[in-house]
Amino acid sequence: MSLEKITSVTGFGVHIPGNDIDTDRIIPARFMKCVTFDGLGEYLFYDVRKHADGTDLPHPLNDSRFKGATVLLSGANFGCGSSREHAPQAIQKYGFKAIIAENFAEIFFGNCTTLGIPCVTASRDDIARMAAAIEKEPQTTIVVDVARQEIRFGTQTVKAPIRETARDGLVNGRWDSIGELLDGMPAAKSTAAKLPYMAA
Amino acid sequence: MSSPKSLFEKVWDAHAVRTLANGQTQLLIGTHLIHEVTSPQAFGMVRDLGLKVAMPHRTFATVDHIVPTDQFAEPYRDPLAQAMMDELRKNCVEFGITFFDRATGKQGIVHIVGPEQGITQPGTTIACGDSHTSTHGAFGAVAFGIGTTQIRDVLATQTMALGKLKVRRINVNGKLRPGVYAKDVILHIIRVLGVNGGTGFAYEYGGDVFDRFTMEERMTVCNMSIEGGARAGYVNPDQTTFDYLKGRPYSPKGAGWDAAVTRWKSFASDPGCHYDDVVTINAADIAPTVTWGINPGQGISINETIPDPAKATAVDEKSSIEEALAYMKLKPGAPIKGTKIDVAFLGSCTNGRLSDFQEVARFVKGKKVAPGVKAIAVPGSQIVALQCEELGIDKVLSEAGFEWRAAGCSMCLAMNPDKLIGDQLCASSSNRNFKGRQGSPTGRTLLMSPLMVAAAAVTGAVADAREVFNVAGVAET
Ligand code: SF4
Repeated sequence: MSLEKITSVTGFGVHIPGNDIDTDRIIPARFMKCVTFDGLGEYLFYDVRKHADGTDLPHPLNDSRFKGATVLLSGANFGCGSSREHAPQAIQKYGFKAIIAENFAEIFFGNCTTLGIPCVTASRDDIARMAAAIEKEPQTTIVVDVARQEIRFGTQTVKAPIRETARDGLVNGRWDSIGELLDGMPAAKSTAAKLPYMAA
Repeated sequence: MSSPKSLFEKVWDAHAVRTLANGQTQLLIGTHLIHEVTSPQAFGMVRDLGLKVAMPHRTFATVDHIVPTDQFAEPYRDPLAQAMMDELRKNCVEFGITFFDRATGKQGIVHIVGPEQGITQPGTTIACGDSHTSTHGAFGAVAFGIGTTQIRDVLATQTMALGKLKVRRINVNGKLRPGVYAKDVILHIIRVLGVNGGTGFAYEYGGDVFDRFTMEERMTVCNMSIEGGARAGYVNPDQTTFDYLKGRPYSPKGAGWDAAVTRWKSFASDPGCHYDDVVTINAADIAPTVTWGINPGQGISINETIPDPAKATAVDEKSSIEEALAYMKLKPGAPIKGTKIDVAFLGSCTNGRLSDFQEVARFVKGKKVAPGVKAIAVPGSQIVALQCEELGIDKVLSEAGFEWRAAGCSMCLAMNPDKLIGDQLCASSSNRNFKGRQGSPTGRTLLMSPLMVAAAAVTGAVADAREVFNVAGVAET
């Protein structure tokens, strides 16, 4: 099976400021008792986006100017907390296709990569400049160029490093192990054929 | 002969499909076990990718985490629980997977059902979206707990990407003292090696004690390997293993049986094989063990006192003791014995098998649960329930004041109606004492063997089961 080669992501951005935004903040634990990941997008950042009665709190995701954004910008240590896969799923189901942060929590980074969400890093200053550009002009096109490890917005280009194994996986369409595992199916079947307990 | 190998290596080699670009191994998973909580999202991912279940005949399903143990009829009171149940049923039908639903009479906790049905066999690889999959290692299988994306991988390809583990051999030699159980052995091991001590390792358990252990005792130990940080834990297969498996529904039959036994024997670790580490424990050093903290490594023998952070040598240790004691509301330096309990829970995939209830019934007969203590006994499977009922164990426990429930995970975790309330303190035969684990954000759990739970239930406080029940040959610790 061939996966999409994710060399770059182009779209509008939204800035959710703050460091150490944890997976519980991204998707509160009570929404994890679910049978599918499908509806999770709705609950993204729920407790900081909504009052207890379900009405909106002030939050960038509630700001109509940033509706339709596909690039999420944040601070340092984004995605810390639990290893559950619900947080990256919620981000993806909401519609985000790339995340820019100063750095990412290890397991979260791996889980995002497996979903084909590039997590690129940028310096605090560069993120601040992008945030300012978006604030001024929400329709600023942001290009997260994974292959070249840079971000272009307006007339500017900034560095956006991403770990080599992840970059390689994304740009070569090998970000999800499933592709490679499916390629190995004929070999898996012959391994299984040698094991009597696996006979149909 | 080729160079001697451990069981882990032999099973790994027999199931290694190929090396992947990132250096991990594509490992064939012979048996995939699924339950209602972690499988639905994975089925959704399989559907989203337009894929099918690769080998549906090697996947087996049961329902355990969310089932109410006091309600059989559906719909369940919790609509989310019902939704998970419905989803699992639907997925099993759609993809042609065997489902041990409640109506089959074979339902139970996934780690009890696999062995009971003879699905868990030596020399196999097993995966399940559940931390305690290590239980199946008791049969000489290599069994891993996996996450949602890996469940999807196993469904879609019957394989997963994995890095090879190191192997630590743990010998427990000599004889256990009376009143000391398999649960105490594993709590002791985790206490000695630490909750992260097993990171990167598979544990191979052996020595005199394991040679003598029944399969149920081996399962109790392997079950908690993960609590010591080891992704997998196993015991080499021997006659005890084969005797247990003989005649089970999924065990090989007729001529196939002898061939299977020969093959199973060949997987046992070779004498002189390489271990990355070896630890030896003297069985006589193990006492009835009780946890006082918020991870399974925070345990002491029944006659010890609760640790005092002031006496801790390392800074980290001091703060972790402080955090645990603040949550547990226990006094440093006080004896653990005599700590008042509110709830007693017998059950779970660690200690919810026939022998666990049998042992409790033997000693509890004619005794009564202390006033004010809520005591529940929850068989790990419908078959365990039936076995207990046939032997009158349910009656003995009920007469003593335990509520006898239907099979499920029950109070081991907070996903069904059996929960602690407020800061209740629970003497529990389960495997995790994390903050909030038993359903109340302030609920407190003390892990111990089933007989110790029974002793706490009848006295209303943490007690030495050897004294309470006059266990033969009581020796002072
Ligand atoms: S009994 Fe507890 S540990 Fe075992 S599978 Fe159920 S919830 Fe998990």
